[in-house]
Amino acid sequence: MSTTTTSITSANISMSPRMRVAMIGISLVAIMSVTRLWTGFDNLTSSGTIGAALRLTVPIMLAGLAGLWAERVGILNIGIEGMMILGTWFGAFGAWKYGPWIGFLLAILGGSLGGLIHAVATIRFNIDQVISGVVMNLLAFFGVRYLSELVFVGQPQGGISQSPPQSFAIPKIDVPFLAGGPVGSSTTPDALGWLEERGWFIIGDLSGMTRGLMSGLSLASLIALLLVPLSAWVLWRTSFGLRLRSSGEAPEAAESLGVNVIRVRYIGLLISGGFAGLGGGFLSIISSSYYRQGQTAGRGFIGLATMIFGNWRPSGILGGAAVFGYSEGIKLVAGGSITGLFLFILIVSAIIGLISLLQRNIKRGSTAIGIGVIALIAYLTVTEVPESLTQSLPYVITLVVLATASQRLRPPAKAGVPYRPGGGH
Amino acid sequence: MSDTAVAPSGPLGKILTPSRASGLRTSGTTLASSLIAVLIALAISALMLFITGKDPVAAFTTMIDTAKNSDKLLEMMRRATPLIFSATAVAIGFKMNIFNIGVEGQYLFAALMAAEAGSHLSLPGPLHVAAILAVALISGAAWAGISAYLKVRKNVHEVISTIMLNYIALSFIQWIFNSFFRDDSVEGLNVKTTIIAESGWLPDIVEGRLNSMFIIALIVVAIFWVVVYRSRFGFKLRASGYNATAASTAGISATKMTVIALLLSGAVAGLVAMQSVLGETHAYGPSATPIQLGFAGITVALLGRNHPVGIVVAALLFGFLDSTSAQLQLAEVPNSIVKVMQAIIVLTVVIVNEAAVRRANVRTAERARAELAAGGAA
Repeated sequence: MSTTTTSITSANISMSPRMRVAMIGISLVAIMSVTRLWTGFDNLTSSGTIGAALRLTVPIMLAGLAGLWAERVGILNIGIEGMMILGTWFGAFGAWKYGPWIGFLLAILGGSLGGLIHAVATIRFNIDQVISGVVMNLLAFFGVRYLSELVFVGQPQGGISQSPPQSFAIPKIDVPFLAGGPVGSSTTPDALGWLEERGWFIIGDLSGMTRGLMSGLSLASLIALLLVPLSAWVLWRTSFGLRLRSSGEAPEAAESLGVNVIRVRYIGLLISGGFAGLGGGFLSIISSSYYRQGQTAGRGFIGLATMIFGNWRPSGILGGAAVFGYSEGIKLVAGGSITGLFLFILIVSAIIGLISLLQRNIKRGSTAIGIGVIALIAYLTVTEVPESLTQSLPYVITLVVLATASQRLRPPAKAGVPYRPGGGH
Repeated sequence: MSDTAVAPSGPLGKILTPSRASGLRTSGTTLASSLIAVLIALAISALMLFITGKDPVAAFTTMIDTAKNSDKLLEMMRRATPLIFSATAVAIGFKMNIFNIGVEGQYLFAALMAAEAGSHLSLPGPLHVAAILAVALISGAAWAGISAYLKVRKNVHEVISTIMLNYIALSFIQWIFNSFFRDDSVEGLNVKTTIIAESGWLPDIVEGRLNSMFIIALIVVAIFWVVVYRSRFGFKLRASGYNATAASTAGISATKMTVIALLLSGAVAGLVAMQSVLGETHAYGPSATPIQLGFAGITVALLGRNHPVGIVVAALLFGFLDSTSAQLQLAEVPNSIVKVMQAIIVLTVVIVNEAAVRRANVRTAERARAELAAGGAA
């Protein structure tokens, strides 16, 4: 018993973080594969699910990055939802009038306009950041309604809560040879698709997942995904990023070293609004081909949630957004019959529970086993999960994470604290 | 995030409890600054109308003309009623430096519970109504209680927890409504819970125009004033909200005050949709029960500066603006401008207020410095 404990613990310590992530990733895929072969629930790792998951992940991830850029410079942004709404409207308007790329540009500008209003209210006039964000959401919601009434009403298929459909779309890519995309005018084999159809243990799953990312991939998704490493690089590897982060961690100290905290905070909020607007534009240009009232459906707040339990880091935000994107994607593809997912959760929590108990981490072990028991009961009894309950999943997870793991989270020290130049004396 | 919760002089504290020199002069300044803010907001709205090719003068004339109609004044009061409840709920939180963004979820949950409970009860008139109100109060408080628990036991900031609980409430309500509470005998889109028996209806003051719920709203505001400004408990609440650390040295438990404030806030929030449940629809229905009133309540509370009188005035103003929208549409002005105008009003009021407080603080400091200098000379 004791030897096992030591070996597991020492294995954890000696492994580099990257190795650990890779190990965990491979184990999860293996468990998914077992579940798939056992239950015949192929959608668990099918390319269709992963493709849908990616499209659903991107807007949430962009909202999360919007939160990151705001809070890292020290401003809470409850108004992401509103800035996304501006993005959906301006994006759809631009795409309808001038084509999708101009649409994205206008979406970013629209979101930045929201960021600018939030910045003027909180930085110039020093009003409470939460209040400003709440008002921002209302202003955007009704503001675009007003604009729709002026611009969309009377247009074919347009109205107060809907824009006319766009006629051009962003090109989609199928990677040649791997996912059967064409080279020139000739077709190429769909290697991953062939492997996925065979459905071999692990290989079939990995092929399906990779193919999901490689076929029907919108250029916009690709660009959006690149914004994650770009954000990480700018914020943590450039002197500009250092200034941005120092404004959120210790603005007085930053000021004493010559950082113009006010300007940095303005820039941060403009970028934050731009990210939120881009996320909104993605919804109204890629996910659908028109603007619709209520299109954001709380994704701004889900993004805020991913930022919190992504621990204010780009990779964490991507991970959190992917979890929500995946759970929405599998719902979309498989409907309510996601019993295979319960089995997956059951196996994962059983393994985590056992390891934790071996490590004498009774609390985590019992929590994991508790979740496993719930998953077992759900697997045995539930045949169809009500749509209305699965909708609330991101919000429930956020509260659970905040309630159980908040000591491990580290928000920027001065996020939410108003700042006046020279106030540190 | 957590900083706002702990810091006693945090951003909320600054706005919500401005330092006061003398009562009379401050309320004069408050009134003046609020009026200036409303005027600025009207100017911005006029500019917006003008830029988008609409005639601001015609729009404002239409709005003012509406006020001459007595029916419209009753509509103003009817529309103000739920706003008074939700603004009071928000204000109770603010007094303890708690930002309850969750009124939306709390009142919808309470509306469903109260309507369902009411449809099962058969009691004599006033008792039936009282029972439904009690269920609403308790349900609202219960939903807010989750945030209270998360805040004091798990240190989860109430802004985040109430936002999340709003969404959780929406899907939870949808689920129990569709699975258990829906009256399946009604066909079509306008599904509801079973209609409450007539003994559980609250009579109108003016038939078809204004329900007695308006009176109850005024009573609740009066109670709010007495409890918060004239009772020992209210003093403790405000003291703890202003500076929790200082208050705790006087034996006032911040934890206890937080829990009580959130429960009270949630209870009052539970009454928001009662005008609809008791006086209009006599049931809960996804399309029949009004939504978005929780967020509107935040704006009304901010505009009314969390003061009972201010809240009633602000709610009536917003009720009036809402009541003009039909007329505006006839005058070919998009009526969403009303809601945009409300948001702009709130933003300018908060900004002007913040500026006024800062100026007052600077003046106080200057006066103190002058007095010190004079004292030193003597």
